[in-house]
Amino acid sequence: MSIDKFLTIRSSCVPLPVENVDTDQIIPARFLKATTRDGFGENLFRDWRYDKKNQPIKEFVLNNPAYKGKVLIAGKNFGSGSSREHAVWAIHDYGFKVVVSSFFADIFKNNALNNGLLPVRISAEFLTKIFNAVEAETDTEVEVSLEEQKITLLFTGEWENFEINPYKKKCLLNGYDDIDYLLSIKDKIGTYEAERSN
Amino acid sequence: MFDKVWDSHVVTQIEGGPSVVYIDRHLIHEVTSPQAFAGLDRRGIMVFRPQNTIATPDHNVPTVNQHIPIQDLLSRTQVDKLKENAQKHKINHYGLNHPYQGIVHVIGPELGLTQPGMTIVCGDSHTSTHGAFGSVAFGIGTSEVEMVLASQCILQSKPKKMRITIDGELMKGVTAKDIILYVISKISASGGTGYFVEFAGSAIRNLSMEGRMTVCNMSIEMGARGGHIAPDETTFNYIKGREFAPKGEEWKKKLAYWKTLYSDEDAVFDRELNYNVSGIEPMITYGTNPGMGVCITGSIPAIDTIEENARASFQKSLEYMDFEAGSSMIGKDVNYVFVGSCTNGRIEDLREFTNFVKGKKKAENIVAWIVPGSRQVEKQAIEEGIDKSLEEAGFVLRQPGCSACLAMNDDKIPEGNYSVSTTNRNFEGRQGPGSHTMLASPLTAAAAAITGKVVDPRDFM
Ligand code: SF4
Repeated sequence: MSIDKFLTIRSSCVPLPVENVDTDQIIPARFLKATTRDGFGENLFRDWRYDKKNQPIKEFVLNNPAYKGKVLIAGKNFGSGSSREHAVWAIHDYGFKVVVSSFFADIFKNNALNNGLLPVRISAEFLTKIFNAVEAETDTEVEVSLEEQKITLLFTGEWENFEINPYKKKCLLNGYDDIDYLLSIKDKIGTYEAERSN
Repeated sequence: MFDKVWDSHVVTQIEGGPSVVYIDRHLIHEVTSPQAFAGLDRRGIMVFRPQNTIATPDHNVPTVNQHIPIQDLLSRTQVDKLKENAQKHKINHYGLNHPYQGIVHVIGPELGLTQPGMTIVCGDSHTSTHGAFGSVAFGIGTSEVEMVLASQCILQSKPKKMRITIDGELMKGVTAKDIILYVISKISASGGTGYFVEFAGSAIRNLSMEGRMTVCNMSIEMGARGGHIAPDETTFNYIKGREFAPKGEEWKKKLAYWKTLYSDEDAVFDRELNYNVSGIEPMITYGTNPGMGVCITGSIPAIDTIEENARASFQKSLEYMDFEAGSSMIGKDVNYVFVGSCTNGRIEDLREFTNFVKGKKKAENIVAWIVPGSRQVEKQAIEEGIDKSLEEAGFVLRQPGCSACLAMNDDKIPEGNYSVSTTNRNFEGRQGPGSHTMLASPLTAAAAAITGKVVDPRDFM
């Protein structure tokens, strides 16, 4: 079984200049009751997006038609808190392919990579530049090349490299799946178990 | 110590990539496992080592009337699904009403499933709790749950190591919870990201196992991958005789191994921090992440003391809480008190709370939920007469589960209300949409419960 191959993405951005966005905000616990992976996008940022009467809150960026695209730009320490992978499913299901921030929580980063959502960590300065550019021109585009590990602000041509574990990069580029790999080394795992027990 | 445990669990190392790490114990619950089992079904495979996994429902279960079917249909489906998947794959399952049911991180230690030197994972970030026994324990996502079910291994890159040495003698009324809230307030909610933390020092050594669990539980709240403490006599005494603890010859063998699990004199850490907690007061949080804590007689920081680029978040947080920068914590109104969760839902926590409220009365404006972390905790509480003492003071002991810690069941703090909670997260809406959470120890919660306000528990001791 494979996940989709990750191709170079060129897209406008959705800015969320808030720090410490935790996974309880990304998807509140009361929406975790499903037993499948689908449909979480509907409740992405639920409590910021809708008021108590389920009316869209106009000021929230996802409700602002001026901002759309496959790239979410977020403040520092994105994805902290609960390990719920539902947060990643929600972001992915909503249509994002990339999240850009100056800092990601560990578990969130792993979860994202396991689901074909690319976390791109850039410097605080570059993050501010992108926020400013998007604020000035809502349709500002970025290009994210996984192959080159490079994110470019197309508007000015400024760019920065980002890091990714080479193994994960290979998986994403080729659509490989970790579990296929683990299943392929079952014998090795069995040998390990046998050696440990004596 | 971290290396000793980690390295002995590496099955193989992918070149330029993560390690394949063998997992000794895998705990699962109803919320983060169904999609993983669905993944196995799609691949047409069965669980590789079912005996290494233990299942129990906790996140979603009601804390009253557990003998009748769960009313919320979606919750019931998840709980049923867990049972169904466990049966199909021959996994040990402690369902509702089973004497071993409870919050995963409470039952692991109390059943003796959690042991030094093990690798332990669960689709839940507070798996770090088990580190209190000198294991390497951390939370994982559902894709990783599927990996463990399929192969008993996960792919992980080795984290960096940090040691936090905490010395000093605690003042009366100051507890393990206060230590960890204090440390997180110093290093921030993201200060530990990328690290696995070893807690050391005299203040940690002097804690009971339950106190150590509270500390390790919240290591994730500083962003750390996990936290652990070298096992010692306190650890061994706690484990001995428990249901799944090694027995006889096996015990001797294990004990000898466990005694090797400490950091050598010349161990090197990527980062070292030292604190002295002799002078600290009970702690309480004022904001919307666990790093926003102050000592109870202190004040919320003034805006000009906050770093410039963090001010917007700080202000947003205070707006949500409807608190003013610079105002003092003492005297703030409270409407709800929640005692429970994998942070402070163990027997010592219930004892502490109960001893405090004994002979006093619950404040009229307070709604209090006292929720044991497991069936066993509940049973022991009843044996000790804690339920009676609580009743006399106007409280009720509920049934075990995560409850208002994340408010997936009916225990939700209503909008606009303020709770003093013994849990680990004060995020916006964590305890129910629009709820305001102040994190504190069971003692501080008890003081709030009888006065209806934030007060210093030491004033009553
Ligand atoms: S008690 Fe709270 S923190 Fe602990 S496992 Fe349950 S929901 Fe998570």
